Amino acid sequence: MAFRLTINGTVHELDVADDMPLLWVLRDELGITGPKYGCGIASCGACTVLVDGAPIRSCVFPASRITGEITTIEGLGTPEDPHPAQAAWIAEQVAQCGYCQSGQIMSAVALLDGNPDPSDDEIDQAMNGNLCRCGTYPRIRAAIKAAATTEQQDG
Amino acid sequence: MGRARTIARRTFLIGSAAVAGGVVFGYWRYKTDYPNPLLDSLKPGEAALTPYVRIDQQGITVITPRAEMGQGVHTTLAAMVAEELDVELDAINVEHGPASKAYFNGVLLEEGIPFASIDYSQTAERVRAFTHFPAKLLALQMTGGSTSTPDGFVKMRKAGAAAREVLIEAAAKQLGANRNTLKTRSGYVESEDGRSVAYTELATLAADIEPPSDPELRPRSKWRLLGKSQPRVDVPAKSTGTATYSIDVRLPDMLFATIKMNPVLGAGMNAYDPSDAENMPGVRKIVPLEGGVAVVATNTWYAVRAANAIRFDWDSGTYPATTEGHFDVVKRAFADKPDSKFRDDGDVDEALIESVEVDGEYKVPYLAHATMEPVNAVAYLRDGKLDIWAGNQAPIQAAKDGAKIAGVDQDDVTVHTTYMGGAFGRRAEMDFIKSAVHVATAMEGTPVLTTWTREEDTTHDNYRPLAIARFRANVSQTPTLDLQVSAPSVAESQFGRLGMPVAGPDITIAQAAWDQPYAIPNYRVRSYRAPVMLPVSSWRAVGASQNGFFHESAIDEMAYAADKDPLEYRLALLKDNVSRGVLEKVAELSNWGGELPDGHARGVAFVMSFGVPVAEVIEVQKTGSGIRLVSAYAAVDVGVALDPRNIEGQVESGIIYGLTAAMQNEITVRDGRIEQQNFNRYDSLRIASAPDIAVAVLENGPKIRGIGEPGLPPAAPALANAVFAATGQRIRELPLNKHIRFV
Ligand code: FES
Ligand code: FES
Repeated sequence: MAFRLTINGTVHELDVADDMPLLWVLRDELGITGPKYGCGIASCGACTVLVDGAPIRSCVFPASRITGEITTIEGLGTPEDPHPAQAAWIAEQVAQCGYCQSGQIMSAVALLDGNPDPSDDEIDQAMNGNLCRCGTYPRIRAAIKAAATTEQQDG
Repeated sequence: MGRARTIARRTFLIGSAAVAGGVVFGYWRYKTDYPNPLLDSLKPGEAALTPYVRIDQQGITVITPRAEMGQGVHTTLAAMVAEELDVELDAINVEHGPASKAYFNGVLLEEGIPFASIDYSQTAERVRAFTHFPAKLLALQMTGGSTSTPDGFVKMRKAGAAAREVLIEAAAKQLGANRNTLKTRSGYVESEDGRSVAYTELATLAADIEPPSDPELRPRSKWRLLGKSQPRVDVPAKSTGTATYSIDVRLPDMLFATIKMNPVLGAGMNAYDPSDAENMPGVRKIVPLEGGVAVVATNTWYAVRAANAIRFDWDSGTYPATTEGHFDVVKRAFADKPDSKFRDDGDVDEALIESVEVDGEYKVPYLAHATMEPVNAVAYLRDGKLDIWAGNQAPIQAAKDGAKIAGVDQDDVTVHTTYMGGAFGRRAEMDFIKSAVHVATAMEGTPVLTTWTREEDTTHDNYRPLAIARFRANVSQTPTLDLQVSAPSVAESQFGRLGMPVAGPDITIAQAAWDQPYAIPNYRVRSYRAPVMLPVSSWRAVGASQNGFFHESAIDEMAYAADKDPLEYRLALLKDNVSRGVLEKVAELSNWGGELPDGHARGVAFVMSFGVPVAEVIEVQKTGSGIRLVSAYAAVDVGVALDPRNIEGQVESGIIYGLTAAMQNEITVRDGRIEQQNFNRYDSLRIASAPDIAVAVLENGPKIRGIGEPGLPPAAPALANAVFAATGQRIRELPLNKHIRFV
């Protein structure tokens, strides 16, 4: 089935099975490898991307049904010019193996966009679907708080 | 590079060699009297250079044989070179060296010998040194056992120091200045009259200058970078989705594959019917493997969908069909002769003849590694050459196995070690690399990424062995502890897959049980080797992951039986000062003995593993709906702390990985199949239930030590002991959630 997706501001024409999850369109059709495969059953959050700012698990979401604008980690910032959340992640030295972090950061961005000063409980709730086998949770909490502070100062 | 030449034999002799556009500095390795197949191409007395630092027009590159699996090793190794070379850390590139016979990890097997880590006597040192030899013999260019930092500590700094000396010499020539008047700073050699020249411009000239063979190292008081937390070199890429793991490697015309193996591990495939799968969209080829198939397609998802449509007739297995059957086998091994009795102090039999005051039987299950990135590899065979891209902990073995499968010469295999989405021991195994090479061989001329689904990854792991321990103890008169541990042998299973026998006892079965620095007057630890059933392997902290729980639960039971404070009780029995130091520190950090809110309780544990004494305190809260983790405190002693923040991160990671397993993880067998397939049944601790963690890093130990693993072993017993303190329930089986609820 042929359809179009807008990803990080670019329109892509696709022709794949209509039930192919977005994750596999991104990774294997388009070479956008920031979103990661971890479980394929919406249990780990490694594949999290934003559709019109809302986080989704791209491993279970059929690409052909998406009409909104997709943002992946590549659409946030670069090592030279990181998004504030990414800058906080770097400053707090969160990543260990790093494999879960694209998904963690996307969930955090979605949280902070809707709630610039989240409480501990709100952080727990928003981030609980993102698993980290390296156990970087203490620093994820710290990074989200740091990002919240910067955003408030900037705003 | 790798040129051979004849030099008088000495240890740690630094050398340099010219390479295109520059120079490399490294170590000479010698052909020695005892056989070492790695150096077979050399004549006696000849040496080959192992490069560590390259300086050329492109810049300064640290070449490391150690894989970055999240432990921050690339940054620490680069800092060692930068410190002596006088460059900034961010001016250094880090390159993961190619599979090379010239890289040895000499420290790795140290833990595998029967001398306690705190035994620094001559004999222990001698035997420990001797184990460097089998490490070379086994061609293990292996990352693991928390060895990277100690192994690189002297070598990397000396390579940097030698390079600096040579660059000064080169600058003296170029500037026509006296070398004693030259200084180095931030990648430049500077003269008194204000002229300066960049290292990179001196690279060619430097190649002709003989480096000092044993340059002096800077004293700690002069360190600029080491001993201070450094921003990790891999963190910006990992925070922006630009770090390349093997699963992210993309090559022109690449295809994507997945595998489907007999759910009974190691058993064969009688027949399969691919007729439905063959005609599904995107499918290019179905490749039969030993005990399963691979499906190659234009997209991983097409490959997985087709693999699920294949009908199989599987052969049956040889190991027990149920978890209970596996535990029975482990239990039966107690009737055999002990595999080891490394600790036998006093007279335990005599002490226990009249009465046994405390005793118990403990058990732990099989565990999967569950790395966040499911195992995968890219392989590409064309024109008699094989390229492998894989996150792996043992590249030489990967090249060897790849060559055999693809039918090419080992010298025609290139292993590209990528970032790893977690390893924890899993990526020292070759199974996933082999499956990728089988696929590439069937698809000659096309690069293929073969990804195991999470389900295949969980059900076809090489597991942390299950284990049973029994202890008997007396506390009221002379303290007495008799501990027996039985488990399938990791060494036997792991080396068996490499086609190598294990000589002597498997030290990992007794690791962190026999070698604890407690001065218990009657103290015996025996290990028993049960037959290998499911394939077992190194899992973060290896034997210490279960034995820490067994030993420290037993000590806790003794403390309560003696009616003593469990931390004071341990302090009274510990005679090693460095070990006492971490317990005292964790007491201070956690305000042990202080007033706690209602319903809160604490447990403590002390485990020395990989030479690192670690004490942890865990606080829990008993709520109406279950036990909640409140906080964790840890004190570790690494001898020399090169990067405190990174060390803290590794300890936090070890605690969470250990707590996850202790609370809720088990791999069970039913009808010969693994019951847990994905994170829904093999879940990890999530952020909402992760405790706050405070870590203190001490430096009183006599040697520099690695920290990737030692933070893990005390976590399970500290938690179980806290649960006992909170509820009075002594849980002798992991995971704890078989007996209590966590919230
Ligand atoms: S890969 Fe999508 S949630 Fe795990
Ligand atoms: S950093 Fe490794 S899984 Fe999160």
